Amino acid sequence: MAEGLSAHHEASHPALQHHFENMEQQREAGALGMWVFLVTELMFFGGMFLAYTLYRTKFPADFASASNHLDLTLGAVNTVVLILSSLTMALAVYSAQVGNRRNLILCLVLTITLGLTFLGIKAVEYHDKYVDSLIPGQLIPGRPYNPAVQEHGAPDDKHKLHLLPGATVKHVEMFYWIYFAMTGMHALHMIIGVGLLSVILFFSWRGRYGPEYHNPVEISGLYWHFVDIVWIFLFPLLYLLGRHLEHM
Amino acid sequence: MKAFETFETPAAARVNYINAQYGLKSWLLTKDHKRIALLYLGSISFFFMVGGVYAMLIRLELLTPQGDLLSSATYNKVFTQHGIIMIFFFLIPSIPATLGNFLVPMMIGAKDLAFPRINLLSWYIYLLGGIITIYALLAGGVDTGWTFYVPYSTTFSNSYVIAAGLGIFISGFSSILTGLNFIVTIHTMRAPGMTWFRLPLFIWSHYATSLVMILGTPVVAITILLLAFERLSHVGIFDPANGGDPVLFQHLFWFYSHPAVYIMVLPSMGVVSELIANFSRKNIFGYRFVAFSSLAIAVFGFLVWGHHLFVASQSVYAGMIFSFLSFAVAIPSAIKVFNWTATLYKGSISYDTPMLYALGFIGLFTVGGMTGLFLASLAIDVHVSDTYFIVAHFHYIMVGGALFGYLGGLHYWWPKISGRMYPEGWGRFSALVIFVGFNLTFLPQFVAGYLGMPRRYHAYPPEFQVFNVLSSAGASILGFGLLIPAIYLVWSMRYGKHAEANPWHLPGLEWRTASPPPTENFLTTPVVTWEAYEFAPPEEMQVVGRMKDEKLEAPVS
Repeated sequence: MAEGLSAHHEASHPALQHHFENMEQQREAGALGMWVFLVTELMFFGGMFLAYTLYRTKFPADFASASNHLDLTLGAVNTVVLILSSLTMALAVYSAQVGNRRNLILCLVLTITLGLTFLGIKAVEYHDKYVDSLIPGQLIPGRPYNPAVQEHGAPDDKHKLHLLPGATVKHVEMFYWIYFAMTGMHALHMIIGVGLLSVILFFSWRGRYGPEYHNPVEISGLYWHFVDIVWIFLFPLLYLLGRHLEHM
Repeated sequence: MKAFETFETPAAARVNYINAQYGLKSWLLTKDHKRIALLYLGSISFFFMVGGVYAMLIRLELLTPQGDLLSSATYNKVFTQHGIIMIFFFLIPSIPATLGNFLVPMMIGAKDLAFPRINLLSWYIYLLGGIITIYALLAGGVDTGWTFYVPYSTTFSNSYVIAAGLGIFISGFSSILTGLNFIVTIHTMRAPGMTWFRLPLFIWSHYATSLVMILGTPVVAITILLLAFERLSHVGIFDPANGGDPVLFQHLFWFYSHPAVYIMVLPSMGVVSELIANFSRKNIFGYRFVAFSSLAIAVFGFLVWGHHLFVASQSVYAGMIFSFLSFAVAIPSAIKVFNWTATLYKGSISYDTPMLYALGFIGLFTVGGMTGLFLASLAIDVHVSDTYFIVAHFHYIMVGGALFGYLGGLHYWWPKISGRMYPEGWGRFSALVIFVGFNLTFLPQFVAGYLGMPRRYHAYPPEFQVFNVLSSAGASILGFGLLIPAIYLVWSMRYGKHAEANPWHLPGLEWRTASPPPTENFLTTPVVTWEAYEFAPPEEMQVVGRMKDEKLEAPVS
């Protein structure tokens, strides 16, 4: 390191990296970097949203039948859990900005807990699909896609697939493929988010963040909100559309 | 002669980025964008040689009409692997990850890219993707064509599709991270006085390239991931048995892979803009037009993917729209070509090696672009689809365009990168050999393709042999020509003449620091008070030109 730089750096914040001029530039770069990353995430999920749109249009009855078989209660609870986690995340960022270390740690713990709750509920849902042999193709060895179909007029059995007129088991499999691809990819992002926040929590506990330096908290928050928003789109698309056709 | 102010320290006992630290660890754990650029340079050169070996196998097989050297199954693997290696592991990272990595911070007066650790991470990700792909090749190879069309790739192919796909998927993230880093760096790290319209055009084209990288690459990533899962689970969204649509794969694939062509050629255009302006010693004609045409190409590039589906059950109306939009891309491309030509007019031109590549680029890119218009026309495309006409067309863009720009840039900035001059005589000689070899390889393919020779077969009717013999002969000249710079550039790292800070006497920021630069690029933060390509008045220019020639002529005997 050249001597010319040390004078400039002596007065600056210890978290300032050597290639930035000042904290403001470093903060801007970090925030813009996360925004650009979120754009790539948007495109990543975009491919699956396109496939969903295409096949929902092509097979409306099949998709509605499959949608109706999803557990609305668990999905709705999960939506509330995620919205709450976004609130606690926003409060965590605020606490970091005002330098309230106790609240920062509390809010991060709450956010992580809510995230884990979401993942737990998601695991229950996946297990239900496993029990009903709804996992497409031969992804799970020894448990190929083979759902039981409910006959018209027979008593309700929630383990059986209720096919609307014109729907086929084969096209329902397509829905489940997309369902697992989208929610699986979303869950993976949640897991990464929980990991990220755990690191932030560790450094918050060490007292690294305060009014002058908090952009890691901020940009982790951006990521967390993005993952939440993806779910806000997934929930109506996967669970709600076609519910009114349930009792046809 | 106008002396350009430099920001360098006294020359004596100077520490630069190469000799600042020694040892393997100092390279493998470096966060210096210049060292990472060299890591990339080494790895893409390796992959270029691997891809080149496959190209030679293809040309040897096609020397005779019979499929005698390689079985049809092996031939399928050879051309697939040639495509995968050259596109994903050489062309896409070539200029951005080496020259871009090295120069983007230097040209805007920054100490490094915004995220040095992410930059290093991108190289490791690239390497991991490359290793997995090499594993796929050694384990048994892939035979789907680099396009991985379903349902062949998901259902019928018995080759290592998942491994190769995984390699491409992973290496895609290195490209995303590079693009992200460039965008943030260009937005936030410019030196005082370096306004957007003072940026060298190399930066503008890298900005446009980065946009394509971050918007397109994630789409191909999810597409390949879905393909891999479909192959694993024997069912999926592209599977017709399920009501799926194989054409959806083509849409998603080309939504990235057409813009990917612009990832390859836009940085090259940036290099050529630098070379044309600097070796004519003139400001570029219509700076803003050239700058914005890069962005226009990036934007239009996302709207034309459907021209790969003219013969794939796409509706005629969609075809017409995609045809029209494909023609529209020609406008910003032509703006560049015309502005480069206008820049040459009354310039004080010197024909150093980089300039030879730049001029070659203009000619070859024009041929590649014009034949692109043939292919964008619905009716003609039906005739030449999947023939050698297409093969010739895209090689004119990818080799004549992207590779020529890369070689030109590599020579031009070699004194800055290595601190040594390359031998000018050998440089000019090899540039000519490469130009001749390239044209001899691919010009006959236009004719063979137009006459109906289909691509991707190892045997062909005997009447096409003359074109193939010419092509194979050209390929050997091209291969020989490419060996020359490989040898003398390595040679010059040790034995080349020491380069001065500004060997070409140019105004750009990267020339105002030492060659090779110190680790932090500039010892004091530069303040930019001049426009890009701001040269001295013409009467002084001529003097500079003569002096430069006297200084730079390398003794070639």
